Amino acid sequence: MHLIQEVAFIILAVVAIWLFSKKVKEIRRNILLGRDEAFNDHPDKRWRNLLLLAFGQKKMFRNPLVAVMHFVVYAGFIIINAEVLEIVLDGLLGKHRLFAEPLGGLYIFLINAFEVLAFGVLSACAIFLVRRNILKLRRFISKDLNGWPRSDANYILITEIVLMTLFLTMNAADTLLQQRGYSHYAEVNTGNFAISSFIQPLLSGLNSESLEAIERTCWWLHIAGIFAFLNYLPYSKHLHILLAFPNAYYARLEPEGKMKNMPEIQKEVLYAMQPELAPTGEAAAQEEHKKFGAKDVFDLSWRNLLDAYSCTECGRCSAACPANLTGKELSPRKIMMNTRDRLEEVGKNIDKNGQFVDDNKALLRDYITEEELRACTSCNACVEECPVSISPLEIILQMRRYLVMEESNAPQEWNSMFSNTENNFAPWKFAPDERDKWVDEMKG
Amino acid sequence: MQVPSMAEMMMNGETPDILFWVGCAGSFDQRAQKITKAFATILNKVGLKYAILGKEEACTGDPARRAGNEFLFQMMAYNNIQILNGYGIKKIVTTCPHCFNILKNEYPELGGTYEVIHHTTLLQQLINEGKIKMKEGGTFKGKRITYHDSCYLGRANGVYEAPRAVLEALDVELVEMKRCRSKGLCCGAGGAQMFKEEEKGTTRINLERTNEALELSPNVIAAACPFCNTMVTDGVKNSEKENEVAVLDIAEMIAASME
Ligand code: SF4
Ligand code: SF4
Repeated sequence: MHLIQEVAFIILAVVAIWLFSKKVKEIRRNILLGRDEAFNDHPDKRWRNLLLLAFGQKKMFRNPLVAVMHFVVYAGFIIINAEVLEIVLDGLLGKHRLFAEPLGGLYIFLINAFEVLAFGVLSACAIFLVRRNILKLRRFISKDLNGWPRSDANYILITEIVLMTLFLTMNAADTLLQQRGYSHYAEVNTGNFAISSFIQPLLSGLNSESLEAIERTCWWLHIAGIFAFLNYLPYSKHLHILLAFPNAYYARLEPEGKMKNMPEIQKEVLYAMQPELAPTGEAAAQEEHKKFGAKDVFDLSWRNLLDAYSCTECGRCSAACPANLTGKELSPRKIMMNTRDRLEEVGKNIDKNGQFVDDNKALLRDYITEEELRACTSCNACVEECPVSISPLEIILQMRRYLVMEESNAPQEWNSMFSNTENNFAPWKFAPDERDKWVDEMKG
Repeated sequence: MQVPSMAEMMMNGETPDILFWVGCAGSFDQRAQKITKAFATILNKVGLKYAILGKEEACTGDPARRAGNEFLFQMMAYNNIQILNGYGIKKIVTTCPHCFNILKNEYPELGGTYEVIHHTTLLQQLINEGKIKMKEGGTFKGKRITYHDSCYLGRANGVYEAPRAVLEALDVELVEMKRCRSKGLCCGAGGAQMFKEEEKGTTRINLERTNEALELSPNVIAAACPFCNTMVTDGVKNSEKENEVAVLDIAEMIAASME
C-alpha cells in the first residue's frame, strides 16, 4: 500500500513539475518576443524595490485594510507551503510527519503557527469573495472582467479556501488517530493543534478506518491541489504571485513623467539639421528601419510584455483613471489584459507553426481601439496606483506613436496642433512675433 | 516694468542667474499671460537677475510628443537646445509643469542639461529666504483654499509640498480634496488632450474634477499649471460659480499678497 502511494506521488510530482516548467519556458519565450531594452542599472535600487514593492507589497498599503488581508493570504500561502516540503518528503519516503521528531518543540510551534495562518487565509479569502461578488465595488463589476477573468478570480479564492480546509481537516484526523494509537500514526505524538482541535469534535464519532481514509484523502487532495494550482497559475491572473518579483526588480526608476526617447528619430533629426554628421556609404546602408511605435506585441519592449503577464487584473489603475472614471472606453487594466491575450495568441501561433505565421491580426484595432488610445491624458494615475509596478501608459504612448508616425493617423485638431507647432512654434495659431507681447503690456 | 530678454542681456555683457521659460500658454493664452505677468512681477520685486528668451523661445514639443509625433518633438527640442546651450543657460524656472517635466527629464538625453525648477519651488525658496514678505492682513488670509495637484508636477515629478508650503505662507485655510497628492485627479488637459475634443463618455474630466473641488465650498481653487487653470475655470463656469469661486495660480496669489 505504501509503495503504491509513493510511486503515485512521484509520478504526480514529475508530471506537475514537467508541465509547469514547459509553460514557464513558453512564457519566457513570449516575453522575449518584445524588443530589447536595458533594465540592469542601479542594482541596489532594484533590490530595494524587490523588497519593498514585492515582498513588502508597499503599494497595497494605499488601502491598509485590504493590504493586511492580502498580506495574510500571501504570507500565509507561502509560509504554509513550507509545510509542503514535509508533505513532499513524506510522500517520497513513505514517512509520516518526518520533521516532528528532529524538530521537537519547534515543530509543534510551527504547525500551530501554520494552522493560525491557514485560518487567517481562509477568512481573508472568504471576505474577498464577498467583496468581489456581493459588494458592488466598481473595479470588480467592471465589464473588463466579464467572462473568464471574473471566474478566474473566484476559482482561486475558492481553491485557497478548500486547500486550507483540507490542511486543517487533515491535522484534525491525524491528531485524533495519534491519540487513539492507531497504526503508524502512533509513531509521533504532536498533541492537539490550535485550530484543527476545533474540527476534531466533528470527526471524533467516526471509526479509525474512516478517519484514516479522511486523513489520506485530505493529504492527497492537498498535495494534488497544490500541483494543480501550480499548473493553473500560467493561465491565470495569479501568475503575479511569481512575476510580481521580477516586475518589481525591473521597475522603472526614472520619474514617471519621463517619456521614453526614440534615439533613431533623434539621430534622423540630427542628420537633417547637421548633414555633415550623417553616416555615408556602408554605414548608412546598415541603419535598418524599425517600425516607429507599436502596432503589435513584437513592437513593444520585453518590459511591457512582462508587465502584461504580471497584471493582477485588480483594476486599481482603471479606478483612478480620469478617462475611465468619466465613462470613456479607455481602461488601463484592459490595455494590460489585451496585451497579454494577444501575446498568448501569438505564442499559440508559434507553438503550432514553429514560428510566427502572420494571422492578419494585431494588438492595435483587433484588441485596442484608437478611441481608447486617444482618451489618455498621460496623467500617470494608473502607473502610480499599480501595486506590481506596471505601466499601461507606456504601451498607450507607444501605440500612439505608431498611429501618428506610421499611419499619419491623428484627429484633425491634432494635425492642426502639429502644423502650428511646426510653423508658429506654438501649438496654437498665433504669430511667433507676438510671443513676448505681454512684455510690452507690462511696460505701461 | 522691464522684462529683460537673453539677447538684450548678452548685448550688455550680462548673464542672468536664472532663465524664466514662459511656455506657449504663458506667452499667448490670455488667462495664462496674467500668471506670467504675476510671476515676472514677483521676480522683479525680489530683484532676481533673470531673463526670458522672448521671440527665441519655441514650444518644447510636449503636446506633439504625447500625441505621438516624435519627429516634431525632436525638431523642437533640437532647436531649443541649440538656443539654450548657445546662451550657456544653467538654470531654468518655468510656470508650466509640462515645460518643467520635459526640460528636466527629457531634454538631458538630447544634450540639454539644466537645473530646472518649477515656479512653486522657487517661490517656496524665496519665502524661506525671507525675500518675499507678505503684506499685513493679506488678501487671502483665512480664506478657504483647495489646491489642485497638476499631474506633471505631482505624480510625474513628486512635487507635492512646495505649492502647499507657499499657500500656507499666505495664512489660508487649506482644505484638501479626497483625491489629492499622488491620488490627485487629472484636470483632463494632459497628453495633448488640451488640443482636441474629449472622447465620448458620461461626463467631462474637468467637470468631474471641478465638482470635487466645489464640494469643499472653497473661496479659491489654487492651481500651479496654466492648463489646469483653464480646465478648472471652465468647470467652475459650467457650475455657474464663477462669482463665488476664483481659480488662481499660486504665483498670482503671491503677487497679490506680497509687499
Ligand atoms: S495615464 Fe492614461 S490610462 Fe493611465 S490613468 Fe491617466 S488617463 Fe488613464
Ligand atoms: S495594471 Fe496594475 S493596477 Fe492595473 S489591473 Fe493590472 S495589476 Fe492592477
